[in-house]
Amino acid sequence: MHFLDFEKPIAELEGKIAELRHLSDSDGVNIAEEVSRLQTRVDKDLRSAYAKLTPWQKTQVARHPDRPHTLDYIKALIDDFMPLAGDRTFAEDAAVVGGLGRFKGRSVMIIGLEKGRDTETRLRHNFGMAKPEGYRKAKRLMELADKFGIPVITLVDTAGAYPGVDAEERGQAEAIARCVETCLDLRVPLISLIIGEGGSGGAIALAAGNVVLMLEHAIYSVISPEGCASILWRDGDQAKTAAEALKLTAQDLERLAVIDGIVAEPLGGAHRAPEAVYSAVRDTIDMHLNQLVRIDGGQLRARRRDKFLQMGRAGLE
Amino acid sequence: MNWLTNFVRPKIQKFRKPAKEVPDNLWMQCPKCSEMVFHRELEKNLRVCTHCGHHMRMPVRDRLRMLFDNAQWTEIELQPVAVDPLKFKDRKRYAERLKDAQAKTGLLDAVVVGHGAMGGLGAVVAAFEFDFMGGSMGAAVGEALVAAAELALLQEAPLIVIPSSGGARMQEGILSLMQMARTTVAVTKVRERGLPYIVVLTDPTTGGVTASFAMLGDVAIAEPGAVIGFAGARVIEQTIREKLPEGFQRSEYLMQHGMVDMVVPRHELRARLVQLIGLLLHKNPSADVINMPPQRRKRTERDKVGAQPPDPTVPDLDPYESDGETEK
Repeated sequence: MHFLDFEKPIAELEGKIAELRHLSDSDGVNIAEEVSRLQTRVDKDLRSAYAKLTPWQKTQVARHPDRPHTLDYIKALIDDFMPLAGDRTFAEDAAVVGGLGRFKGRSVMIIGLEKGRDTETRLRHNFGMAKPEGYRKAKRLMELADKFGIPVITLVDTAGAYPGVDAEERGQAEAIARCVETCLDLRVPLISLIIGEGGSGGAIALAAGNVVLMLEHAIYSVISPEGCASILWRDGDQAKTAAEALKLTAQDLERLAVIDGIVAEPLGGAHRAPEAVYSAVRDTIDMHLNQLVRIDGGQLRARRRDKFLQMGRAGLE
Repeated sequence: MNWLTNFVRPKIQKFRKPAKEVPDNLWMQCPKCSEMVFHRELEKNLRVCTHCGHHMRMPVRDRLRMLFDNAQWTEIELQPVAVDPLKFKDRKRYAERLKDAQAKTGLLDAVVVGHGAMGGLGAVVAAFEFDFMGGSMGAAVGEALVAAAELALLQEAPLIVIPSSGGARMQEGILSLMQMARTTVAVTKVRERGLPYIVVLTDPTTGGVTASFAMLGDVAIAEPGAVIGFAGARVIEQTIREKLPEGFQRSEYLMQHGMVDMVVPRHELRARLVQLIGLLLHKNPSADVINMPPQRRKRTERDKVGAQPPDPTVPDLDPYESDGETEK
């Protein structure tokens, strides 16, 4: 497992446990007591570390390489998944994965940004940074769902939209704008979940939902702490300070009434017990979906639009 | 500085109209051709360089002045929004930056919304002031666009938005990002009512502004040479580690790539907008639409001998376009 800087003491303890287990396997020595003592300490340390993660530490957790990604969630939550490809104009962009499937027996369209797990898949998915064709594909899939009255679930995990010459030439800005527009146009339920990093325009393109949720240690921001630091502080090393100032944690966003709920993560983050996260996500989405499917399509659209129309209006603290 | 200047001055500045105390003998250097231009001449020429035709950024009220009939319009008062919701502080407090920008521009925030007649037809214009924190979009800018859209619906008038913005206002964090969705809803409502929504992209239009309302126009017009794009050129250069192509993210480049309908020189902008609104609404604009003739530089020997050298900032007119100047 990959350990973050602030997890170093925990890593050492877990190393000891593994060593002891190895010893006991080979020598038949009974060290159960010692292991359980160490495990208690690990849990205690994890609990205290994760109870007061700073925004910068949360940023690290949100980007943790072992954290479950979009394809992991699709595998865990969706039966009969049928991936759909292409924007019908230029290309297939694997940074955006999506398709039809069944969520607890109900037809859904699931669309998400996938970062990739190892070098090969990271390259294939372009590190989760979509190009215009990716956003146009997402738009196409949402429109398809709308046509057949199928609820849409979006999963967001991206550093941002891809900044490149080709992306600009093909209208990155326009593609994102149309994607946001489509989110706000749907007459079917749209539930968006930020599972890791919600990076700026490339994230909101898929996240203008009826219900917007965040995992406990996910982040969602107008700009990365590094980018913000280099622009406003003229010093990239101030990323930690920028992370505090930007108010990018799930808890901050809930306070600002920008999101509708937080899905709790297991102790030590989603990557430590993925099954627990899948189950919590499944229950939360199911609860919201059951409420949303009862609302008429026109109402769904009107409420979604009104919600975003109010964001930043006076009266907010 | 004493307590009096500290406490009284900012308030007075807030209510003071922006100072136009430019001495008459001031010369300005064109950022493109480096020629010196007489300040008053530049103003008269709509801040287009009289030497090379470079379109410089324009103060927002000068912009409105050049668009409406008889240079007359009514500005609407905008609802106040939450000031500094995150209590953001970088090297300076956001609250202070706001006050400074207000003092510098005489505006409450980066967008002015005006309505009036254009060629006799009613129109609502929301225009950006780049000098106000880089025209960045926070809740107040979102509010201005929502108000402009609501006014267009109320008056059943076309909505013209003229961005000049670096993108989202970082100091408002996630709330500035949410303005992308908010402004999208606002302009969608105008379009769904069957009213024209026209965007005039001016230098610069980038980031979250481009990736929301600015790229959703029924018709997209760009001013010559404007920087228009999503990601900043520096970020792209760092990502791909290559030199960027010539003219990258400029209006003409965007037109070549199919992202805007036309590149229109500032002197023709008003006439073109009037023509467009008339066509979209099946109406004839009143006959008094006059293009402001561009002020030519003094004729040189070379001009007398042959044609003028091609101006790189003015695109070739395509054969479908009417004559550039409908002067009468």
